[in-house]
Amino acid sequence: MFDTLSDRLNKVFTGLRGKGRLSEADIDATAREIRIALLEADVALPVVRQFIAAVKERAGGEEVSRALNPAQQVIKIVNEELVKILGGETRRLRYAKTGPTVIMLAGLQGAGKTTLAGKLARHLKQLGHTPVLVACDLQRPNAVNQLQVVGERAGVAVYAPEPGNGVGDPVAVAKDSIGFAQRAQHDMVIVDTAGRLGIDADMMAQAAAIRDAVQPQEILFVVDAMVGQDAVNTAEAFRDGVGFSGVVLTKLDGDARGGAALSVRYVTGQPIMFASNGEKLEDFDVFHPDRMASRILGMGDMLSLIEQAQRTFDEDEAEQMAAKLASGTEFTLEDFLDQLQAIKRMGPIGNLLGMLPGAGQMKEMISQVDDKDLDRTAAIIRSMTPAERADPKMINGSRRLRIANGSGMMVSEVNNLVDRFFEARKMMMRMTGGMGMPGGRRNARSAKGRKNKKGKNKQAGRGPTQPRMPAGFPGMGGLPGGLGGLPGGGLPGGGMPGAGMPELPPGTKLPDLSKLKFPKQ
Amino acid sequence: MLAIIVTVVVLLILAAVLVVGFVVPRVRRGRGELPPPPVRSTGVTATKPPVESAAPAAPERLVQPAPPAAETAPPGPLLDVPEPIAGRMQRLRARLARSQTSLGRGLLSVLSRDKLDDDAWDEIEEALLTADVGLKSTTEIVDRLRTRTQILGTRSQGELRALLSEELVTALRPELDRTLHTVPTGSGPAVVMVVGVNGTGKTTTCGKLARVLVADGRTVLLGAADTFRAAAADQLQTWGARVGAETIRGPEGGDPASVAFEAVKAGKEAGVDAVLIDTAGRLHTKVGLMDELGKVKRVVEKHGPIDETLLVLDATTGQNGLTQARVFLEVAEVTGVVLTKLDGTAKGGIVISVQAELGVPVKLIGLGEGADDLAPFDPEQFVDALLGDVVG
Ligand SMILES: Nc1nc2c(ncn2[C@@H]2O[C@H](COP(=O)(O)OP(=O)(O)O)[C@@H](O)[C@H]2O)c(=O)[nH]1
Ligand SMILES: [Mg+2]
Repeated sequence: MFDTLSDRLNKVFTGLRGKGRLSEADIDATAREIRIALLEADVALPVVRQFIAAVKERAGGEEVSRALNPAQQVIKIVNEELVKILGGETRRLRYAKTGPTVIMLAGLQGAGKTTLAGKLARHLKQLGHTPVLVACDLQRPNAVNQLQVVGERAGVAVYAPEPGNGVGDPVAVAKDSIGFAQRAQHDMVIVDTAGRLGIDADMMAQAAAIRDAVQPQEILFVVDAMVGQDAVNTAEAFRDGVGFSGVVLTKLDGDARGGAALSVRYVTGQPIMFASNGEKLEDFDVFHPDRMASRILGMGDMLSLIEQAQRTFDEDEAEQMAAKLASGTEFTLEDFLDQLQAIKRMGPIGNLLGMLPGAGQMKEMISQVDDKDLDRTAAIIRSMTPAERADPKMINGSRRLRIANGSGMMVSEVNNLVDRFFEARKMMMRMTGGMGMPGGRRNARSAKGRKNKKGKNKQAGRGPTQPRMPAGFPGMGGLPGGLGGLPGGGLPGGGMPGAGMPELPPGTKLPDLSKLKFPKQ
Repeated sequence: MLAIIVTVVVLLILAAVLVVGFVVPRVRRGRGELPPPPVRSTGVTATKPPVESAAPAAPERLVQPAPPAAETAPPGPLLDVPEPIAGRMQRLRARLARSQTSLGRGLLSVLSRDKLDDDAWDEIEEALLTADVGLKSTTEIVDRLRTRTQILGTRSQGELRALLSEELVTALRPELDRTLHTVPTGSGPAVVMVVGVNGTGKTTTCGKLARVLVADGRTVLLGAADTFRAAAADQLQTWGARVGAETIRGPEGGDPASVAFEAVKAGKEAGVDAVLIDTAGRLHTKVGLMDELGKVKRVVEKHGPIDETLLVLDATTGQNGLTQARVFLEVAEVTGVVLTKLDGTAKGGIVISVQAELGVPVKLIGLGEGADDLAPFDPEQFVDALLGDVVG
């Protein structure tokens, strides 16, 4: 696994503290580390160069040399600059003044245009529109069928007069689709086009002809988040060949760092409007520049998580929750159920989990957890008697059968939950033990057996400017390293976005959920 | 306030741990839009039977002797004749060179300088980075090249080009065995499974590969084990119909392992030379889907070992390609890589790291959407095309 930028910068700045103004060499070393981090995240080289030139200036300034923790300060700057570029002017879809609004999709082969067409249609339908999908990919075998199926799933109409597989003229289909939309009273038209290469002059000319035929309000360039250095060439080719007014980033549910987002934004100046992060039609979101910045830097999205927590809970409630968690073996299934309901107020569980700092492996676990899973858990717990909830040890075979029947689950699922509860409780005790709970008072020193490497995190990343956090982050550093039973439970990249946040000390370990042993069926 | 975040983090982790038990069985069943309804427990131990030992349900079998007119209306004969391998190399080579010009040009300008100063080395490094070779491999190649030019006192541009070319070829591990195992070894057909993330060109590769084999006078059967993506089986079937290869498919959303199993069974019965199994695209980060792939593999192997598992990597992929390859290797014992979309501007430099770190050879390259745009990978040709403009 890659070192995170914060690990790298911490190395650069070791021994630098209090030295006053950074020397030329210090700044160069900093720039080098940023360059490495960005290249590893697949940011295109020309963009890396320009980005660094911009950051270097700030990195050499007072705000860094004066900082208690220059490494953190540099990360903060890098993060800010990234967000600035990625976000730029964000905007909403443009609608036509009269007649149907036309959105045309364009991009390389395999970028995910057809799937995205379905997601966009579903999204627009939910906003009260009546979109129609237009099948202009007449090239790839059965792309037309695929769009038809996608349209059916999204519950929207599909205009597909030609069979495809090389038969039919996409420009004519595009042109006719507008009349069709008007007749059938569709207020939005989404034109799916064939994937094409930037250097394929004929195909680019075809795309331009489709554009001219439908006069779209928006042309969205669809790009795969896994794309590497070629992002710049391709984005330029599409900009020059058809032009586009917005960008959609796909396959964000993988673990690619997504430097392509920065590259495309940088060279074309067009806003990234949507993010596609899964194969299901509802895996679709507006683009969040701050999250993307953290992702490129290999950090989680703790900031959003904290914001959401602050919005949801007040101080008292939080204290109570913390106290419960610290109650060790007295923590019951009942408590768990209560707290689960509380957490759910913050939003869909999958999203919340996705904000934890961590590697893609863990993100995987997360992408498959949804609220239905929690509901199933809750259903099982609710079928237990209060006594059983308080003391799950008493749940024997016949009780399990009864609970299974009561909740409509299988006995194996009940078994699973009970076993897992004990495992989870053990884990919780280890975690809270190091956190000086309850009440979030800091007591990390008393934690036994933690394995913070290097012991350099005592004043864990306290930069001078922390708008959100009044004091040092509670000793998350006290989380024990590879939690027993969780082999190698380290989360690579336990850093946090520098924007006003003290970071998790390097070496901080959260359990890596992906390493949990799965129950074998 | 501090308590909140810690609490939330801990609770989220707990929640995750607790629900993992549900998630995994569910995703193993597939990833239809709707999760299957929970099965009510009726008896004493209502655990499901182990899925893998369950006899695969017979998928609906469609024999397609000729393509339906509406689906493919190729001008001329219904079954078109694939281009022989020998002839296509030259045509494709031009296409490869086309995609590589900027790297070639960049290096040319460097190599034509009188002095190899630091800037020159930086430019070489940048040219490689721009080809997605990645920092680690780039640094290694450049360091070796530097040392050698110093030792040899290289001056002329021709010598330098030769050295660079040598280093790149070495980095591409020419010693790796790139034989494609598509000839039946035992009693049944050779079984080839094609895997990879979404949209890299798996189905297209299956179709192209079927044509290569047919051109070689062999009989092929296709197995559409992508039961997930809309119209994926149709797509494969269209490819198969064009060369007269039968496609075995199952119901949409059905069990991919059953389809794969049935395909090999049908291939055995029909006495074909090779069975090509196309699988659904899956991100390597999805544990459930990777488990599913492992299961497809194990179920197919009830017929005997799989002869070739090809990982399809898209040449536009950046550094994530290495991670992809690593995970697929672990789950599906990949025996070869197919590098697609080399007809574009992307250079596919990630395969250097993939081969170096994982030892999996690139066996084939895809150079377009055309039916015959597939060629064997040859390190020297690849590098030649890479440095195309830099004529010594
Ligand atoms: N230019 C180009 N396009 C390709 C190549 N291989 C596949 N494609 C295209 O990439 C897209 C995705 O291919 P497909 O086989 O459906 O990918 P799968 O999802 O991995 O099965 C299709 O539009 C193909 O035509 C190639 O070598 N070059
Ligand atoms: Mg496919």
